[in-house]
Amino acid sequence: MIDALRAVQSVLVIGAGSDIARATVRQLAAGGRLERVVLAGRPGRGRDAAQVEVGRLLGARSMANGTNGTAGSVEVVDLDITDLAHHEPSLGPVFGAGDIDVVVLAAGVLPEAPTLTDPLAAAHVMSTNAGGCVSALTVVAAAMRRQGHGSIVVLSSVAAERPRRSNYLYGASKAGLDAFSRGLAEDLRPDGVTVLTIRPGFVRSSMTAGLTPAPLAVDPADVATAIVAALPGPSRVVWVPRAMRGVMSVLRHLPAPVFRRLPL
Amino acid sequence: MRRARVTGWGRATASVATVVAPSSTEELSQIITRAAADGSHVLARGLGRAYGDAAQNAGGVVVRLSGPPVVSPVADGGLVEVSATTSIGDLIDAVLPLGWFVPVTPGTAHVSIGGALAADVHGKNHHRHGSIGSHVISVRVMDGRGDVHDLARDDPAFGAVVGGMGLAGIILSARLRLRRVDSATMTVTARRTDCLAETMHVLAEDDAAHDYTVAWLDTLAGGRRLGRGVVTSGDHTDGSAERAFPSGTERAGGSGGRSRRSVTAPPWTPVGLLNRGTLAVFNETYYRTAPAQFRTQETSIGAFFHPLDAVSGWNRLYGRRGFLQYQVAVPGDEDLVRLVTLLHARGVPGFLGVLKRFGGANGLPLSFPIPGWTLALDIPAVAAFAPALDEADELVTLAGGRTYLAKDARTRPDVLAAMYPDLPRWRALRATLDPDRVFRSDLSRRLSL
Repeated sequence: MIDALRAVQSVLVIGAGSDIARATVRQLAAGGRLERVVLAGRPGRGRDAAQVEVGRLLGARSMANGTNGTAGSVEVVDLDITDLAHHEPSLGPVFGAGDIDVVVLAAGVLPEAPTLTDPLAAAHVMSTNAGGCVSALTVVAAAMRRQGHGSIVVLSSVAAERPRRSNYLYGASKAGLDAFSRGLAEDLRPDGVTVLTIRPGFVRSSMTAGLTPAPLAVDPADVATAIVAALPGPSRVVWVPRAMRGVMSVLRHLPAPVFRRLPL
Repeated sequence: MRRARVTGWGRATASVATVVAPSSTEELSQIITRAAADGSHVLARGLGRAYGDAAQNAGGVVVRLSGPPVVSPVADGGLVEVSATTSIGDLIDAVLPLGWFVPVTPGTAHVSIGGALAADVHGKNHHRHGSIGSHVISVRVMDGRGDVHDLARDDPAFGAVVGGMGLAGIILSARLRLRRVDSATMTVTARRTDCLAETMHVLAEDDAAHDYTVAWLDTLAGGRRLGRGVVTSGDHTDGSAERAFPSGTERAGGSGGRSRRSVTAPPWTPVGLLNRGTLAVFNETYYRTAPAQFRTQETSIGAFFHPLDAVSGWNRLYGRRGFLQYQVAVPGDEDLVRLVTLLHARGVPGFLGVLKRFGGANGLPLSFPIPGWTLALDIPAVAAFAPALDEADELVTLAGGRTYLAKDARTRPDVLAAMYPDLPRWRALRATLDPDRVFRSDLSRRLSL
């Protein structure tokens, strides 16, 4: 249960390799009450590294608390965001084993080029970032509704706001997820569950390694800070950095002839 | 039956549950057996004055027992049987005109008898009369199988229920021993103190001479003024026949809800209305209005015992962010001084700091009071204060003290276990009434009770 000072006891990460998710878990652990971390994602180095780090985090915290031996648990769950049929069987038992205070949905891919001439690759981005995430969110939402409490954190993007020549495929996939997330927030209002739709700008992470950072670029830790500050609610859109909100509200309304001249 | 958002009095915790209002014990029994069968959980909720999440049950069933107050005629020796839904205020209203009073009352009259027993509430007279559990002859409770038991004081399971925060069973009624009083008013002395040492000294002195004592404490003032306050001490006014019980005796003045003179806090108050700056002003003003020299006056029972009830919905003044109450008990004088010093040093803005002395404990495993001091602070629910309160918890635990579950909204399960060494014994007793763990609350989930 999240307490009155917003300290979290349990978190489920979907997309275990995500740098933002790892930074978020790190900051949640700083509240001193994190007991259960579930990392759902594809088996591999990213998830393994996350598992090791979280294990160390919980162990260190238990040493500081003097509760050696009751450090809390890290579990890994095999989950492929594109394998829709297995979302319910993989995630259902996570909630069956106990409450989850916070779900961080950080699964997603960044297309390799601004436009793709490969229709299957293009559709794959949509089915991963939008379709797969919507499926996972549906499973999570039903479980949390039954729980009667909790927060869902959805990693959207400023790219969802207005398609740009440089990343309109990514933007489109995030736009679908973003709209679903905001609608879900309304749907879950009477059920005691909040939904935070996070719209970061450019994040310097392993996903964007090699790309030139855009203006107002942030680190995963900055996104994590914004997430933790917004928990447990109320449900809302969270821009990272906060200035992005103002920037986007201007960009959103620029006439196309002006917008397309911007070096974005 | 409906899904509803259920919060604590501090409005800093909330969850959604299915709220039901059974109209008979048979219906209540069915609710419990059904929950046991489908693996869901049940919790009774009284008047919702628990500050934290003790009366919340996310995803489960919250039972609101209903019905008018039921108070039996008072038998010899002050024995009375009271339904769980009767409030402390209702009980006082019923018995005061007959010359009886509740043996213990918390700071608000809006607590149900069920809730009062579940929290083993204490008042300003603990140093002389203990907590309410000490005055309960027997309690009638429905267990986790839907069966009803009458538990006398010497029954081990009594200790699972009284102080058990609703986690061992649903209290249906109780037999209490009231105390005789000679009048419907209180003779009260109030006096200002200049520093913590003086506040503690005056409180200890007054404890020897008065039934009811309490100090309001200023934790924001620094330096030599740290812990200055106002000590208020009172006794039931000695009866003289004409004055004792005029017809139409009531608690009068500040009895909240029922009093025409109570005011209502606005339903929406901007977050931050009560902050360090405004709290400091409030503290200063309140301190200045108290007499420097002690002054004695007669006051109504409502005004003395339940002053906050005069402002209905005062918890809304903290706005959407809500607040929490940090209340702990520590054994030694030095422990209290270090605690107040720590809270001040960390800049924790305590609003309405209340200090009382505790007498002997009653031996019930989850009962909060232990001999020594108890300090209660209202604090806006700002996450930045979490480390300071964790530090305070550590100080309290090392001193052999504990936190109060009726108020708690943020301590840690391992800390709680260290504070209540009898927790394993309580769990064993709870298992005799609720072996299937049907009764749960957000508090029990958060603290692994």
